Amino acid sequence: MGYQLSFTQIWANFDKLSGGLLLSLELALISIAIGALIGLVLAIWYVSAGRIGRTLISAYVEFIRNVPLLLLVYLVFYGLPTAVNIAYSAPVSFVATLSLYAGAYLVEVFRSGLDAVPKGLMDAGKAMGLTPWQRLIYVRLPTMTRITLPALSNTFISLFKDTSIASVIAVPELTYGAQWINNKTFRIVEVYAVTTVLYVVTGYVILFGLRLLERRFRVER
Amino acid sequence: MDAVLYSIPYLLDGLGITILVSLIVVALSLIIGVILGVGIIYGPLPLRLLIRLIGDGIRGIPILVLIFLVYYGMPALGLNLSSFWSAVTALTIFKSAHVIEYVRGAVLSIPRGQMEAGMSIGLVFRERLRFVIFPQAVRRFLPPWLNGVTDAVKGSALVSLLGVVDLMHAINQVIGRTYEPLPLYILGALLYFAINYSLSTLSKVLERRYSYIRE
Repeated sequence: MGYQLSFTQIWANFDKLSGGLLLSLELALISIAIGALIGLVLAIWYVSAGRIGRTLISAYVEFIRNVPLLLLVYLVFYGLPTAVNIAYSAPVSFVATLSLYAGAYLVEVFRSGLDAVPKGLMDAGKAMGLTPWQRLIYVRLPTMTRITLPALSNTFISLFKDTSIASVIAVPELTYGAQWINNKTFRIVEVYAVTTVLYVVTGYVILFGLRLLERRFRVER
Repeated sequence: MDAVLYSIPYLLDGLGITILVSLIVVALSLIIGVILGVGIIYGPLPLRLLIRLIGDGIRGIPILVLIFLVYYGMPALGLNLSSFWSAVTALTIFKSAHVIEYVRGAVLSIPRGQMEAGMSIGLVFRERLRFVIFPQAVRRFLPPWLNGVTDAVKGSALVSLLGVVDLMHAINQVIGRTYEPLPLYILGALLYFAINYSLSTLSKVLERRYSYIRE
C-alpha cells in the first residue's frame, strides 16, 4: 500500500505558508536594499581607491562569494555574539548576513555597470560644466542603474530563494512554515510540494514583472 | 586555540565528505547536463520544451527546499535513499539544470557556419558535434562551469541539514562539544574559501586565456 496524499491539513494551516512567503519577500527586499547600498558605495570607492582600498574590497567580495551562505548565517548568528557584546534577533541577524552577501555580489555588478557608462556622456557632463559630484549623481548613476537593472533583478530572485536558509535559525519564513506544518501534521510530501510550487510561482511572477520594468528602462545602444 | 587544534581531525573527516559529495555531484551533473543541453539545442520541439520547462522549474526552487523535497518525497514514491544519497540526488538535479544552461550558452556562441561547414565535408551529426562544435564550445563552457563547481561545493554545506557529517556538520558537532563557535566557524570558512577560491581563480585564468576567441 502506497502513501495516500491528503492536502486538507495543509490548507488548514496555510496561514503559516502565506505568512512565511510574505516574510521571505520582506527579508529579500530589505537585504537587496541594504546590499545595493553596500555594493554602490564600495563600487564607487573601488573606482577611485588606491591599492589598499581595492585589496580590502576584493578581500570582502572574494571571502563572501567563496563561503557557503549557510556557514555565514551560523557565523553571524552563533559566532559573532560570543565576540562582540550586541544582542540581535534571528531575523535581524539573517538580514545582516544576507545584506553582506548581496553586497558582495552587487559590488561587481555595479563596478562593471559604472565601467559601461559611455565615456561620451561623462565628457558631455564635463562640457556642460558639471562638477565631478554632479556628473556622478546626474549622469553616471542614472545610466548605470538602467544598465544594471537586469543583473539586479536576477540578484533579487536568487536572494528570494536564499531566504529559505533563514529557516535554520528559526526565522519563520516560508521554509520554516513548511517545517512547522510538517512537525504538526506529518504531511511532509504535501507540504513540501505546496511550498515548492509557492517558491517557483512567486519567483517567476516577480521575474516577469521585473522583465517588464527592464524593457521599460532598457538602454538603447 | 585548543578547540581549534582539537577540531582538526574531525574537520578533515568532514572535509573529505564535502569533497566526495561535490565530486559526485559535479561528475553526474556534467554528464546529465551535457546530454540534456544537447537535447535542448538540437532535439525535436516537444523535447526542447520539456527540458526547458523542467530546467526552469528546478532553477526556480531554493536548493534547500529541493533537498527536503527529495529526502522526504522519495520514500513516498517507494524509493528509500539514505540521507547521503538523497542529498547527492537533490544537488545533482539542481546542478544539472544549471549545466544545461552553460552548455546552451557555449554551443550557441559557435557560429552557425561551423555546423554547415561540417555538413558540407560530409560529417554526420555525431561527428559534427564531436570534431567541430564541442572542441570550440568547451572553451566557452569551462569558465562558467568552474564557477558553478564552487556553487556545488557551497551547496554541499546544506547536506549537513540532513545529518550527513560533512565539513559544515563536523564544525557544528565540534562546537557542540567545545562551546567555541567563533574560531571554529572562521576556520571552516577558511577551508571552504581555500577550495572555492582556487576554483574561481582557475576559472578567471581560463577565461582570460580563451578570451582571444572573439569572432
